[in-house]
Parts: sequence; C-alpha cells; structure tokens
Amino acid sequence: MTLDRREILKAGAAFVLAFRVPLKGAEPDSHRPNAWIRITPDNRVAVLCEVPEMGQGPRTTAVMLLADELDADWAAIHVEQAPVIPEKYHHLHTGGSGATREEWNYMRSAGAQARDTLVRAAAQEWSVDPTQCRTERGSVIHKPTGQRRTYGELVAAASQLTPVDPDKVSLKDPANFRIIGTSVPRTDIPSKVDGSAQFGLDVRVPGLQYAVIARCPHFGGKLASFDASAAKAVAGVTAVIEVAPIGFNTEIDRNINVAGGVAVVARSTWAAIQGRKALKLVWDKGPGVAESSATLHDLMIRQSDAEPMVVAIGQGDAKGALSAASKRTDATYELPFQAHATMEPMNTTVHVRPDGIEVWSATQIGSDGRSLIASLAHIAPERVTLHMTLCGGSFGRRYQWDYLAEAWQVAKEVSTPVQLVWTREDDIQHDFFRQHSYHRLSAALDDRGGIAAWQHRIVSTPIRTVFDSPERLKDPKRVASQELYSADDFPYRTANCVVDYAPAHSVVPRAWWRSVESSFNAFAVECFIDELAYQAGIDPYEFRLQQLRPGKEKLAAVLRLAAEKAGWGNPLPKSEGRGIACYAGFGSYIAHVAEVSVTDSGAVRVKRVVSAVDCGTAVNPDGVRAMLEGAVNYALTPVLSGEITYAEGAVKQSNFHDYRVLRINDAPDIEVHIVPSTLPPGGMGEPGVPPLAPAIANAIFAATGKRVRRLPIGS
Amino acid sequence: MDRFRLSVNGKPATLEADGDTPLLWVLRDELGLTGTKYGCGMGLCGACTVHLDGRAVRSCQTPLRTVGTKRITTIEGLSPDRGHPVQRAWIAEQVPQCGYCQSGQIMQAAALLAANAHPTREQIDSGMAGNICRCATYQRIRRAIERAAQEKA
Repeated sequence: MTLDRREILKAGAAFVLAFRVPLKGAEPDSHRPNAWIRITPDNRVAVLCEVPEMGQGPRTTAVMLLADELDADWAAIHVEQAPVIPEKYHHLHTGGSGATREEWNYMRSAGAQARDTLVRAAAQEWSVDPTQCRTERGSVIHKPTGQRRTYGELVAAASQLTPVDPDKVSLKDPANFRIIGTSVPRTDIPSKVDGSAQFGLDVRVPGLQYAVIARCPHFGGKLASFDASAAKAVAGVTAVIEVAPIGFNTEIDRNINVAGGVAVVARSTWAAIQGRKALKLVWDKGPGVAESSATLHDLMIRQSDAEPMVVAIGQGDAKGALSAASKRTDATYELPFQAHATMEPMNTTVHVRPDGIEVWSATQIGSDGRSLIASLAHIAPERVTLHMTLCGGSFGRRYQWDYLAEAWQVAKEVSTPVQLVWTREDDIQHDFFRQHSYHRLSAALDDRGGIAAWQHRIVSTPIRTVFDSPERLKDPKRVASQELYSADDFPYRTANCVVDYAPAHSVVPRAWWRSVESSFNAFAVECFIDELAYQAGIDPYEFRLQQLRPGKEKLAAVLRLAAEKAGWGNPLPKSEGRGIACYAGFGSYIAHVAEVSVTDSGAVRVKRVVSAVDCGTAVNPDGVRAMLEGAVNYALTPVLSGEITYAEGAVKQSNFHDYRVLRINDAPDIEVHIVPSTLPPGGMGEPGVPPLAPAIANAIFAATGKRVRRLPIGS
Repeated sequence: MDRFRLSVNGKPATLEADGDTPLLWVLRDELGLTGTKYGCGMGLCGACTVHLDGRAVRSCQTPLRTVGTKRITTIEGLSPDRGHPVQRAWIAEQVPQCGYCQSGQIMQAAALLAANAHPTREQIDSGMAGNICRCATYQRIRRAIERAAQEKA
C-alpha cells in the first residue's frame, strides 16, 4: 500500500485517514533501518522530516543530508512530516536558525546507516565482501563484476540485518557529496503553486466548527462582563464560551500567556466572526492602562542612565578613556516593537474525544505543544496526537504556546472538532512583539583613528520576564539572556569596552522575532561604528577592516566580498548613497552593501542590496539565496514603515493598512554571494536580518549627511 | 439564508448562505477549496485573490450576492496539472517559501499577464503591489512573471 500524503490530503474528507495509517504494518515489506527512512520494493524512499516547514526549507535541506549519504536516487524520494513522537524523534521543533545545523550530523548518519545495511544485504546475496561494493543513485553495485541490485530489490534482505551504530558509521568526504551543495528544487514547491499545500487553516475534518475569541485589547486587562444574546442570534453560531486567562504553568515551568476572553463557535469562520462582532463586552482595562509608547520611551531614557543590571563586557577603563579623550562621539538609537505578521494568522484545530485529544497545528514546537495540551487536560502525553501542518510563515511567532492552549480551551467545551482562527486584527494586536529597545553609545578615537573606548548601554523590554518563573528571574543574567547577543561579542579592536544592560519593564508581550536582539543590537553597533569612521575621516568599509579584531577574519572576508561585488567606492549620483554593515551570528557571517536614493523631500528608495555570506557548507545554495533575499526584505519593514505603538496598554495598529509591511514595489534588487566552504553549515533563517537596517541607515547618511537613529525612518 | 448557484472552476455549485458572506469563506468553508487563503479580511494583502470572469478580485471583499453568474476560478482551477505558464514559472524560479500567499500571487500574476502579455518591471510592481508576501519572495515573483511572459510569447 503506497500513500502519497499530499494526494490523500487533497481528498479532504480522507484527511484524518492520512494520519491514522499506522506507521508499522502498513507496508510490511518496507525496509526501515531507522526512524527517518522507509524504503519500499518499488524503489521509493520515504524520508520523514522532523522539523516543521515554515518556509525555511527543511523538507528539502534535511532530506538532502540523508539522501546524499544514502546515495539515493533523488527522484525516488518523497517527504513526509514525521509524527510528533518525542521518544522517537528529537527535533520536532525549530528555532534559532538551527534546523540544518542540528541535523547536519544525525541526518547524514541516518542515511549512511541505511546505505551500510543495503550494501551488506547485497554483499551477502552475492557472497562477496561489502568492501567490493559501491552505491550509486539507489543501487548497490559489485565493483568487480558490475552486478547491480536496486535498493528496492534489497528491501527484504536488508530488513533481516541489524543496522550498525549510527555514531560509528563513516560519513562521506565533502569532495564526494553529490546532492549536498547543489541547488536541488524544493520538494514542497509543487504543492504550493496549485493550492494543494495544507496549512493549519486548511485542516478540514468531519464535523469541524470554527471559533474566534474576543480578547481584552488592553494587555493585562480582563473580562468584566459580557452579553452574548445578540451573538447567539447570529445564523450559524452554535456556542459562546468564556475562556479563562492562563498564566504560569508550574508543570511545564512557563507562562502560557493566554489572555482569556470570550469565544464564539460557529459552523463557518465568517459566522464566528459575525458572532464576535455582536458580543457586548465590558473589559477591566487592568494595571497596564497607564502605559503607552510615550511612557515606555521615557522609561527607556531613564534606564539608559540607571545602574546596569548586567555587565556583558567590562574591559579596561572605558569611562576614564572617554573623559580623557579629545574626540568623543555620543549617540542614542531607538527601535520600536515589531509584529511578526505571518501571512497565515495563528490557528489550531483540536478535537477532544473520550479516548484522547487530536490536535492539528501550524506550530514550530511540536513536542512541547503535545506536552502543553496533555498538561492542561491532565492526561498522559501519549493520549495527545499532534499533527504539525505546514506553517504559513513563522519568524518566531509560532514558538508561542498561547494559541494551542486557547484552541484546547474552546474544544473541550464542544463535542466536535474546532478550528480556532485568529483574524489579522487578533494577530497584530495580540502578537508577542520584537522587543522595544533603546541604546546609548559613547566612544572615543585615539590619535591614529583607532577606538580608544566603546560604551554601549542596551535598554530593552526583556523577553524572559514574559515567560519565566519569579524564581528564575531572580537571576539578572537570566533576565538579560535574550537581550545581549551579538553586542556582547564586540568585533572591533579596543582596550576599553563596556557593554551593559538595564531592563525596561512593560505590559506589552514580546518574544523571539527573526534574529531577536541581534536585530536591534547590530543596528546600534554598526551604525555607531559608521559614525566613528566618519569622525576618524576614514572610509567606513576601510575603517571596519582596520578595526576588526584578530579572530574576526570571516567577517572581514564577507565585508571584502560584498564591497567588491557592490563596486564599493564607485561614484554614485548626488542623491544616492552606499552603506555597509556586517554581522556574525547563528553560526554564519554576513555583510550587506545597500544602495539608496533619497529625494529632496526625504523619501528613501532602497535600490539594491549586495550580500555576502559565509554559512559554512551551503547545503542548498539556492535555499541560502532564498533565505537571504527573504531576510533582507523582512528586515526592510522595520526600517521603512513598520512600527507597533500603543496607548492605555492597547496596540493602536490592527491590520496591514496601519502596520505597513514591505510590498513588491519597494523591494530592492538583491544579489547574494556565497563564500565557498566545506565546514559544517551555519544557520540561515535569521542572520541576514541584523546587518540590513544599519547598511540602509549608513547609506542614507552617505546620500544625505543625516544620521538615522530611530526606526522606522522618519518616525 | 438564500440559495446560490455558482460556477466554480467550470463546475456548477449550489449552496445556501447569507448573501453578505464573502466569497472567500464560501470557497473555503462551504466548498472545501482551501487553496484560496485568508490573510487580512480587508482587501489589503491579496492572499484571497481569485478570478471572476478572468479578472482578479479579492474574494474577502466580494459578497456572495454580487457574484451572480460570473465564472469563478480559484487556484485549484487555474490548470489541471500545474501547467499554467505562471505556475510553471513559479516552479522554475523556485518562488515560494512558506507558500501561504502564493495562491493569491499566482492568480494576480495570471490576470496581470492576461491583460498585459509583456509587462514592464514597473507594470509588474504596480500590478502586484496589492499582494503581500512576508517571506518576501518579491524578487523571484518579478523574475517568474518575466519568465512566464517570455514563455507565452
């Protein structure tokens, strides 16, 4: 029995079946040397991909790692999402640009382990030594005689053998890679051009109902009272349910951050939305009502002068060197909250049945999601079946637990499966935003144009306080642990360096947003370095090369490559400018050169971005290019137009008309240049983001002589 | 509730619904055609783009009662085999990342090329400016439209 998962999903009503086909027994004559591979006599190779697919390409990249070591015929491979069984799979989540980096060893070992078993099976059949055999595109070949067996023909024999220890199997020399390092077309793309790709919102199971939740618009506020009579009268509405807030969960040691509110369940999404509109709601605005963007800004300024909570770098005597210096430069930078705004809003479908709970979720935390639902429902995790669907973007948002918990809260009150749908307004107003941050920098140059002192105070709304227990938050390092990355490894030479941190507490929820604190720390550092270069009278590209510390050669190399490819130093028209910035993080090294034009009225147009990247082995070079193109464009929204503001503890923006994201007509030409490497791969989802904003700001300075110290431009 | 007879992807469909219901939710929740996506509900992002008599419309802003006898084409009906030049170009240029907005992008691009077989880059940008992609595949969208235009010629 061979099932193509996508074809089954297309059938709609048969959707449930796809997940109910038992893994063992459906194909009794398949060879399964490990959890990731299933080879069938028809020569098809199923590869089970653990990491959720959110656009970053694991259903291609992870599979390439395995397929290369297996010497599989790429055309014979099909990909399935691995079931959420944490005992069997250890990577049912993704974050920190970690998928390829973390899979690099074990997915290759899995392929090599399977290949070894097939080789031994063939050798046994031919009564020859396995060393006399080689493999090629899905076949084992006996070198002396040229005899050949396809992997499919070896299924029965290989299944009788015990696979070797995957840690002891030998892996290919990079020179022998046949699939790794090539731009293999993505396996998921065909389903994404004909509408058949199934995202979380596309789950359709028999009896499905739809729900939306009215949440208190004021963070920290709660429901005071409500009248559901008009909502219940809306055609199609079947239930109105009050849902309680969910805070800290001691069992999983995390704040779940469910806002609580009133859910409307209906026979269609539209009816649920209409029902929610008809609710009469009275909110208790809560203690956050006194907070706004203006009060937070003031608090940030105060904290930029307050005693530090954590000192990340305290080297030499920065204060003394600054006061002794003849040339001193000071600047502050501020970056507001940003929304993730994934194209597919949050959603989860849950069916609570007497025998257990079935969950379909566009989530990037499959195993934690299962634990969460089990904990909330007080049942064993084995009784929760969680299906990770395709995710319509994530950028860190689907690392959150709130919407899974909400879906369960609603579903446990009705007998049918329920799909909780977040509208775009819910998404913009109840996101876990990129932190708001404020940076105070001071530096001094010595007589030779070197950096005599560097002082960087980071102030931000820390992420960890949104999630951690009061006990854990007693440790200041824990509080600051998601706020310092990249700034705490200052790449330039100086004897006197202080980088420290003070928090600005806020009611606004925030969490991981593509590249997290690097997205603001790199802006402050790389803009301020540019200011110092200008003060020193040295070209900003040359200044960086001169000042990079020993050990930062990879940064220097990507700076050189980007500058060379961009034609750094070539003259530009008067209203145009070129800016450069670099960044190391997530195991990769990136430099961008941006070219902008600025009109007399100050309108900025980003014309071209030239990027250079050293990400170790580029497993799929076209995938690397795609990630960098996406990162550049994603990072442009906070530069050009994106900003979340709030008053009375409530977000002012609500949809794409006022949270304005990059559109095609503002998207620059992008060139990506990859440094050849055979080292293990670095991450690629995030590191393209941090150096983009400073490259643009520095280009604007080059064009206009005006510094951009607050984003978005012109705010 | 009223009774509506629609033409969807060349086939008749009959259903009972409130005439105010946006076509988007009729397609997704009543007819099971989930290729057409919800993104904003305000005609701001283009994820819900379908064709009415060949013209691109935002189905989230199209009340069912206004559809009448117009032929509705969704991504599922654009071609039987991903063979539309725009779909082929989308694969050749490896456009999608998460893919969620791409049904709308493809439907918009197909309508753009039907009206203007050889759009300039500026015409591509203005024709596609209503469609948001947060993975930001915009450069590849441009290239794919140019490729599809060449292929059709």
